[in-house]
Amino acid sequence: MTDFLTPDEWGIVWLTLGIAGRSVALALPAAVAFAFLLVRVRFPGRSLVNAFAHLPMVLPPVVVGWLLLLIFGLRGPVGAWLHDWFGIRLVFTTAGAALACAVMSFPLMLRTIRLSLEAVDPGLEQAARTLGAGPVDRFFSVTLPLAAPGVLVGAIVGFASSLGDFGAVITFAGNIPGRTQTLPLAIYTALQTPGGDATAARLSLVSVVLAVTGLLGSEWLGRRLLTLIGR
Amino acid sequence: MTLAVQFRHRFPGLSLDVDFSAPSPGVTALFGPSGCGKSTIVTVVAGLLQPDEGRTEVDGKVLADSRTGVWLAPERRRIGLVFQNARLFPHMSVDANLRYGARRVPADWPGGSPIAFDDVVDLLGIAPLLSRRTSGLSGGERQRIAIGRALLCRPHLLAMDEPLASLDGPRKAEILPFLARLKTALRLPILYVTHSLDELGILADTAVLIERGHVVAADTVPALTARADVLLAGRVDAGSVLETSIAEHDSKRGLTRLVCGGASIFVPLTDGAIGMPLRVRLPAREVFLALSDPGRTSVHNVLPGTVRVIRREDKSASALVEVDMGSVSILSRVTEDAVQRLGLAPGSPVVAMIKSMAIDTLGPQTEKSAAM
Repeated sequence: MTDFLTPDEWGIVWLTLGIAGRSVALALPAAVAFAFLLVRVRFPGRSLVNAFAHLPMVLPPVVVGWLLLLIFGLRGPVGAWLHDWFGIRLVFTTAGAALACAVMSFPLMLRTIRLSLEAVDPGLEQAARTLGAGPVDRFFSVTLPLAAPGVLVGAIVGFASSLGDFGAVITFAGNIPGRTQTLPLAIYTALQTPGGDATAARLSLVSVVLAVTGLLGSEWLGRRLLTLIGR
Repeated sequence: MTLAVQFRHRFPGLSLDVDFSAPSPGVTALFGPSGCGKSTIVTVVAGLLQPDEGRTEVDGKVLADSRTGVWLAPERRRIGLVFQNARLFPHMSVDANLRYGARRVPADWPGGSPIAFDDVVDLLGIAPLLSRRTSGLSGGERQRIAIGRALLCRPHLLAMDEPLASLDGPRKAEILPFLARLKTALRLPILYVTHSLDELGILADTAVLIERGHVVAADTVPALTARADVLLAGRVDAGSVLETSIAEHDSKRGLTRLVCGGASIFVPLTDGAIGMPLRVRLPAREVFLALSDPGRTSVHNVLPGTVRVIRREDKSASALVEVDMGSVSILSRVTEDAVQRLGLAPGSPVVAMIKSMAIDTLGPQTEKSAAM
């Protein structure tokens, strides 16, 4: 089994999985918070915030990568601050690739989580309120458990889409083997290299397997959780 | 007085201006047609809706006062609220649902009746359900668990918003005895929203009648049900509720004699100890009137009194006659023609008659409500 891929190719798979994992860890809490804000809190400019949050989904990924460069680049407002104060550099690093994936998969996660939060009966939150549960308590004891299927499916969808992002990663983090070269970037590079067809085919097969596993997993988990919360 | 509510609030289609108080312990019914705003009153008391202005006080503790700017969030009020549709948490077992509020009682919370978990489970008959999930439960079971959950948060007021409205007849009959038991077992004020005369007659000690967002009358249930001039009387199923006590059982004749303010009322043989309080309802359309004692009839109850009020109903050519019998009044629904033939007017002496078979017994009452 391990002979199917070369050690370098295995490195690419593990790197991609690691970047996707970090991407989910970064985007999921933000997506849950945003979804809650959009569903439960009435504030002026809500639709504007909503549109802005969905921007990475409709913009060309290259544009998103370039915008990230502007903001998180060493001379960008956030990038300069991170570098000066914490010595953190995002451009052309693994963390940067994870950030690019997180931004790209954020709208997908937001949509899924938002739908499941909208399905939570506000009457149940009211009931929790009259029983003495404060806002944070209510969120963690009633709202989040009831939205859990959507949150988990959102995480899996976000993970899967992070495995496949190309444009934003290559623009913001570059195509550095062992650091930011994820599966799609490696496949692209292999196709550009004479005699790289076999490598590209093997890596593509891995991509397909990962995607199918992710889809089946999210289906199964979603259904499992729905029965668990009694719907 | 342990619950005092006063508020004004304006909705697009309805403006509410409400002021009432409820005694404790005891059941105060908020009674009125649907859409009159009675459920809104409960949401204001519980703090789920902040009215334009007003004041809510329970047990001398001010929960809200728009003049002084006091507004306690619902989670800090500890008012046990039972919603019309139970609202059980679907991701928890019955047991976890019941304990949800109990777990969140602040350590320094002095008030409320500390009622033990096992007692609540026992009172509501839900022991066999504890380990179940909520999805497979019947409507009646769900509502009983919702009541238990509200009780276990150690509330100083229990508020129920039409807890039986979403249930069918048999399910209602299943829960009513539990509610009646609750009422005697708890030393709590209970606010009970309903539009059912049955629930009013069986459960309530006092009633606040609401019409289009305003309180039109508030009094004890016997006093209100016997009044011809309030909306209760306008219903086809109107009837006066009397607080009686059992005077004697005559098993040979198959009758039980009840006494009520000096008058004797005969009903078919019931059980219950002598002296036990018993509520009965005299349906208004079963009460006949005569100018003098008719002598030998099959009717057991012949009660002399005087006409106090006659309310005419133009639509049905019928009239409601309120007959004053000294300490209590009863209602009779007769035709307009009968009023004319007998020449009835306020002050006329009449004899009110009702068959013992036509009297509904409404079950035992607390000592407290009988004393009222």
